[in-house]
Amino acid sequence: MSFRKLGLGLAAATMLAGMALPAFAQDSVYVPLFTYRTGPFAGSGTPIADGMHDYLRMLNERDGGIGGVKLVLEECETGYDTKKGVECYEAVKGKNPVVVNPWSTGITLPLIPRASVDKIPILSMAYGLSASARGDIFPWVFNPPATYWDGMSMLIKYIGEKEGGLDKLKGKKIGFLHLDASFGKEPIPLLQELSKELGFEVALYPVAAQDMQNQSSQWLSARRDRPDYMIMWGWGSMNGAAVKEAVRSGYPIDKFYSVWWPGEDDARAGGAGAKGFKMLNWHAVGANFPAIQDIQKHVVDKGLSKAPKDKVGELLYNRGIYNSLLIAEGIAQAQKLTGKKVVTGEDVRRGMENIKLDPARLKALGLEGFTDQLVLSCADHNGHRAAFMQEWDGTKWVKISNPIEPMTDRVKGQLDAAAKDYAEKNAGWPKRSEACDKAS
Amino acid sequence: MLYREAGQFKTTYVADSAIFPLREDRIGLAIIILGAYALAFLGNSFLLQAVMIPFLVFSLAAIGLNILTGYTGLLSLGTGAFMGVGAYACYKLMTAFPGVNVIVWIFVSGFFSAAIGALFGLPSLRIKGFYLAVATLAAQFFLQWCFIRIPWLVNYNVSGALDAPLRTLFGIPIIGPNATPQTRYLVVLTIVIVLTWIASNLVHGRIGRMWIAIRDMDLAAELMGIRPLQTKLLAFAVSSYYCGVAGALLVFLWYGGAEYDVFNINQSFFILFMVIIGGLGSLIGSFFGAALIFILPIVLGIVLPAMFEPFGISVAADVIEHLRFMIVGALIIFFLIVEPHGLARLWQIGKQKLLVWPFPY
Amino acid sequence: MIDMLFKVFIEPFLFMVEAPDLLIQTLWEGLVSGVLYALIALGFVLIFKASGVFNFAQGIMVVFAALILVGLYEKGVPAFLALILAALAMLVLAMVVERVVLRPLVNQPDIILFMATFGLTYFLIGFGELIFGGSPREMITDQLFLPQGTTEIDAFGGSIRFQHLDIAAAIIASIMIGLLAVFFSKTRIGRALRAVADSHKAALSVGISLNQIWVIVWFAAGIVALVAGIMWGARSGVSFSLQIIALKALPVLILGGFTSIPGAIIGGLIIGIGEKIGEFYWGPLVGGGVETWLAYVIALLFLLYRPQGLFGEKIIERI
Repeated sequence: MSFRKLGLGLAAATMLAGMALPAFAQDSVYVPLFTYRTGPFAGSGTPIADGMHDYLRMLNERDGGIGGVKLVLEECETGYDTKKGVECYEAVKGKNPVVVNPWSTGITLPLIPRASVDKIPILSMAYGLSASARGDIFPWVFNPPATYWDGMSMLIKYIGEKEGGLDKLKGKKIGFLHLDASFGKEPIPLLQELSKELGFEVALYPVAAQDMQNQSSQWLSARRDRPDYMIMWGWGSMNGAAVKEAVRSGYPIDKFYSVWWPGEDDARAGGAGAKGFKMLNWHAVGANFPAIQDIQKHVVDKGLSKAPKDKVGELLYNRGIYNSLLIAEGIAQAQKLTGKKVVTGEDVRRGMENIKLDPARLKALGLEGFTDQLVLSCADHNGHRAAFMQEWDGTKWVKISNPIEPMTDRVKGQLDAAAKDYAEKNAGWPKRSEACDKAS
Repeated sequence: MLYREAGQFKTTYVADSAIFPLREDRIGLAIIILGAYALAFLGNSFLLQAVMIPFLVFSLAAIGLNILTGYTGLLSLGTGAFMGVGAYACYKLMTAFPGVNVIVWIFVSGFFSAAIGALFGLPSLRIKGFYLAVATLAAQFFLQWCFIRIPWLVNYNVSGALDAPLRTLFGIPIIGPNATPQTRYLVVLTIVIVLTWIASNLVHGRIGRMWIAIRDMDLAAELMGIRPLQTKLLAFAVSSYYCGVAGALLVFLWYGGAEYDVFNINQSFFILFMVIIGGLGSLIGSFFGAALIFILPIVLGIVLPAMFEPFGISVAADVIEHLRFMIVGALIIFFLIVEPHGLARLWQIGKQKLLVWPFPY
Repeated sequence: MIDMLFKVFIEPFLFMVEAPDLLIQTLWEGLVSGVLYALIALGFVLIFKASGVFNFAQGIMVVFAALILVGLYEKGVPAFLALILAALAMLVLAMVVERVVLRPLVNQPDIILFMATFGLTYFLIGFGELIFGGSPREMITDQLFLPQGTTEIDAFGGSIRFQHLDIAAAIIASIMIGLLAVFFSKTRIGRALRAVADSHKAALSVGISLNQIWVIVWFAAGIVALVAGIMWGARSGVSFSLQIIALKALPVLILGGFTSIPGAIIGGLIIGIGEKIGEFYWGPLVGGGVETWLAYVIALLFLLYRPQGLFGEKIIERI
């Protein structure tokens, strides 16, 4: 018996086991959730995973699914590791998933070209490839409600307003503390363009993934450069460590801004000194919404959730809910468009292009005031929605600004150039053949 | 009974020093290769794309590391980075010269990582053992830093990542989203078979014996007239060549686009596991190691939930992941205790048993 | 070209003189991280000395010890009792490792033992996450009476900030090292340990139990891991990514030599200060982030000069 044969035997057993498992009923929709409750990014990944799961589970428990069709939820653990993420994708691909949410820029990038071939839409909510906002070039990828470029322009705009106008930024210095990976480096071109235009200086502070918890050099450099503002693009344990180091090194914390990824735990890490830390956000924090109350009632109280009761309604938990809200809307719209109950990935792609979360719809969903309205279309897979600024008051996040609109003109230039560049470099990038629905 | 060497007489030195002197071995190998090709038409896309292609890619990388660590006795923790050099070189080459067939560039890209590998192999003349292992970590982290910091390497892509443009062989797409798992698998399989064949000729020939002499005692080898510097550098170069090709295959034929993070330190450790569990100084061991270390967790991921299912316990994905870690860790220790010379040794023992079967000795 | 040379060779030094407060601050930060690296490296050295095992699991032991401490406290165990229980857990771990891993693998080549500790690492990662979950936690600094605050000293035309926690870390690390030195030179067990380090066979023949010694060194390494875990945890939170930082202890080790305790300390300081100075003064020239590899390159350069590390035993090769 050769080992190769043994390997084949094992593989055959794998196949058999793989086939035996997904014996789902025909009248259900399969929604895989890529999550990470392990690894260095688990701190951010766990509440998001809970939120995503609990909202969809609540729909199952309360309404019997969406449009009378049960959702089959399955988590696949990626550990924020590209290898495992791709493995998860291959594992779920055969079970007719209606959408995948990779929850990691590193996993999203290899999946983007596959989406159109496998006919599985990708929802990379406010992460992933910013250029994929262009629906005409990336019909299968969705990244609402805002791209990182939108986020960066909002932050600069907000800081400019604080200074009394964008022109007052001249001669100022802005530090950019980022995870040294595709994710953290994405906004740099826009930041540099804006710095040339508005005349402020940029200092970059990259943080390597293996040094996320060892940031003293970056903050030491910040003491040397004395940036007037710090902007952070971090994830996982980098966020908490950064807040801690900012407090330690005596950086004025009220000048420290972040994109939308830190959670309560990250701010709490800084202790009392973290009061005044600000970040962008686009949805509410807290559990005071009928839908979230339903989650409490139907899911958490029945012990169907992994989330501790007091974590329900926290920032990243609600972020997970928002993600699931988009999935659910995509499915609901697909059902409406096709008249079918059991929809496929192709239907949900159409559904997503027709997402229209206006206040009336949000109210109907029990999430009135949870978030600003979001309308996606055939050409616009992002929405480029405004986000607001919130501040850590020592115990909770407090909304401190009105919605800040992104600098659409500047973002659009970057976006179009990047999308064109991507399509050119990936020779043979397919032209969009999917028809647009009239509604959009 | 079926497997015996009695009656097979060698009349020439060439026949005697053949890699597979036994007829049964040759037949077995032919069956395995045929079976592997047949799998392309029998297996489903999950088996090909998520199990077999990565298994072959990792086997190739493990062969590379085995040449360095198993045959020459130089411990390296920079495998991941050397794979990365191959991948980035291949990307640059195939985008700069799209006219040339990409298969050529996959083979050529290995030379770039060979050069870088030899460069980082220079200290090996003075530094030995674990000290050298840590020195190769310098290569790992420095190269990884270069991958992020030099945007030229990714043609100034905004995403900072490698992507896989469409490339064809005889008009059939082999790279890019439209390449089917089947064609990818066939390409990877062929490349791996060719390179394994070359490797097996290398390690069984004069060069391989020089490497082994250096491994067993470099001072004695030097006295016998083997030049340590050249031999060690050659080992680094050949090893990195294999890793480089494996890296290119990994990005373009398996992932289809990747970030620099794919070539991190964990990748290096992962391949070191394969080499040690498979068996140091054994090519077939590299395949065994890759199978055990890569396929086992996948099988566990499928089997574990199925095991708990009948009891009505649904186990969460993260718990499965934790159990996977624990079982893989425990199995590594278990295998080391049971057979410190790796799975290749078990294979040898099995063959020995087959020779005398049905008698005990 | 001239401009380039000026930026590399002159400007950083000018800046050092110009802003001595930042230079001192950088040195201090380097010193503190150096001490913390040295603490992790110390665990490696202890085990390598007594059993010849290159213990890759030291990094995860740091995380594991800290997690037990924090986890127990969160379950309502008083802080100091939790500390004692965490230490006991490290003792249990040492006994299990000795029984399950080391004893069956006695007399195997170094690389096999090294791999076995990899297996141990994987097992502990899975086990730790299974019990405690993957979320990062806060170290219980106040409950352990670790100081928190900052002292700011105005000097050299600027100000230098000293974290009380960092000062405490430096002091505690020094005490640990002092205790270990006394333990090694004055106690019976310490002498036995040194005997084992010199020669396993000779030690066995005078009646020293190797198994017992192994349990003791792994326990000692566990205690060092616990202290390192508390200190790192207090600085940046307790999470599994701390385990990656432990890799930084490797250049410290090769610099100092695998078998030397003073080597680990001095190596730690050289690496800690070297990488902070390098990142701070020269990092911006190449876009920053050089810290990730600088330590290894420093160690490599030292090694080319002295292949056995600064304090390692001279390698004598015979045929």
